Amino acid sequence: MPDVTIDWYVALSIILFAIGALGVLLRRNAIIIFMSVEMMLNSANLLFVAFSRHLGDLNGQVLVFFVITVAAAEVAVGLALIVTIFRTKQSINIDEINLLKG
Amino acid sequence: MTFQVPTINMLLIAPAVIVAGWGMLMMLIELFISEEAQEQWTRMIPGLTLVGLALAFVQTIGLWGFDGGTFALANGHPMIVVDNFATFLNAVFLVTGFLTVLLSVDFLRRTGLDRPEFYMLMLFSISGMMLMGMANDLILVFLALELLSIPLYIMSGLAWPRTDSEEAAMKYFLLGAFSSGFLVFGIALTYGATGTTQLPGILTGIANGGSLGLAGAAFLLVGFAFKVAAVPFHMWTPDVYQGAPTAVTAFMSIGAKVGGFAAMLRVFVTALPAIGDTWAPAIAVLSALTLIVGNVVALAQPNIKRMLAYSSIAHAGYILIAVAALPINPDGVSAALFYMLAYLFTNMGAFAIVIAVERKTNEGVMLDDYKGLAKRSPLLALAMAYFMLSLTGVPPTGGFSGKFYVFRAAIEADLIWLTIVGVITSAISGYYYLRVVYTMFMVDGDGEVTAPPALVTAVALTVIATLILGFLPGTWFDVAREAALQGGLALVGG
Repeated sequence: MPDVTIDWYVALSIILFAIGALGVLLRRNAIIIFMSVEMMLNSANLLFVAFSRHLGDLNGQVLVFFVITVAAAEVAVGLALIVTIFRTKQSINIDEINLLKG
Repeated sequence: MTFQVPTINMLLIAPAVIVAGWGMLMMLIELFISEEAQEQWTRMIPGLTLVGLALAFVQTIGLWGFDGGTFALANGHPMIVVDNFATFLNAVFLVTGFLTVLLSVDFLRRTGLDRPEFYMLMLFSISGMMLMGMANDLILVFLALELLSIPLYIMSGLAWPRTDSEEAAMKYFLLGAFSSGFLVFGIALTYGATGTTQLPGILTGIANGGSLGLAGAAFLLVGFAFKVAAVPFHMWTPDVYQGAPTAVTAFMSIGAKVGGFAAMLRVFVTALPAIGDTWAPAIAVLSALTLIVGNVVALAQPNIKRMLAYSSIAHAGYILIAVAALPINPDGVSAALFYMLAYLFTNMGAFAIVIAVERKTNEGVMLDDYKGLAKRSPLLALAMAYFMLSLTGVPPTGGFSGKFYVFRAAIEADLIWLTIVGVITSAISGYYYLRVVYTMFMVDGDGEVTAPPALVTAVALTVIATLILGFLPGTWFDVAREAALQGGLALVGG
């Protein structure tokens, strides 16, 4: 069995990040887009932890806490906004939320 | 295992602490306000906000000339640096807040949006902007960026249940979160390449960072490009600027953009000069795209707010010219700082007039509503004409001086092609800016104009500031240069 080196973690987080980014660009449901954004943030978290272990430096793991906290704050605001717009439009499909154009 | 207690000098971060603390204090006090006193309290809030901003401003001015940092571990660099660069930008953010309050106070009452949280959120956002300029650690850059952005998401949705405002808030939120994903991933890659997130540490480590470091810098650039609305990361800007209440648009068109540039300059100049050969051409291309798309698409906009959104995209392009010149010409920092100062007053003034002409939320913001403004309200029309000339870059205005310094920095850095793009797109921009002037002076029309004292004060202040920057640019450029020099930000490439 080969050793799991840092490269594997880097590759995995790049794949996760790409899935997240593609999700934001391709999906139409605001909640799913939002979940894809969370996936992007978490792929960065994985990278932080992997590098932290690799470098023997604790700072990387501390950073993850900051990212998680900020992500939680974003969830609070984001879900509130999505609920508000759902009340008005009865839809969270971003193709139907298209009043502003030009 | 021993723990180190960071050395902390609260006095140095007092401006940001005062602003954030003032917001929290007002929020706390509001809990104890009885129902009967609620209306009176709401009327007091704008004044209280101004007091808080003034206190922070006094503190900021006192820090001019200071060069140092705080929140440092014994073996590390400070998390927060306070130098003239940070102090200059802090003053810019506080003035932005001050002018926003003057613009908003009657507008919010008139449009039924007079919610006290507007002012508190604005204060929180300003404290985030101030930390952007002071951050010396990528993680603080990220936290400051979120502190700047999250209140802005809520403020764009202030006019709910109006659909356009809600839609603006959601678009801003989704794309803002998307961009912070890029920024965090960039920070993670940079951390992996250099073993640290502290900017001075990255400075020495990035040269050996290899492709990981380059990828990190690229992701950071994308994250910042979203915030400053550079093409092709600008898609959110027109929709958000158009849908958000105009006072919020005015605030974020300056605050979020200057905040983004503050962190961008700090990161690229203090941490990444070693790979300047790689990022400078990328920024030059971004800048050219931004100038062309911003100015050309603005030509076809009948909605003034949307036109100003594209104009703000274009102005990000001019500031990016100065950033692209950086690795060769250290004067780029001072040129960018001066440009932002001029842009602050000019754009704030233009939005003040938009607010005066706007009747209800997002009604009366079409070009047609400006017909005959010169007859209805000659002074406001004159002021608007002056702001439009300044945005075009016609002397003697602040906008002209800003463009002059930016182009000079680019020419000294041998970016001749980019300068030519800048000059040509400036000429194109004359069409849509002067069309507003034409509509105000040459076409007849009627409609209401609301110009309460606070708004008139804001217009007068911005006109005077734009005039000063137009007639005495040298004095203020020296201030900007001092800000860039003393922060060690002008030592790139040398």
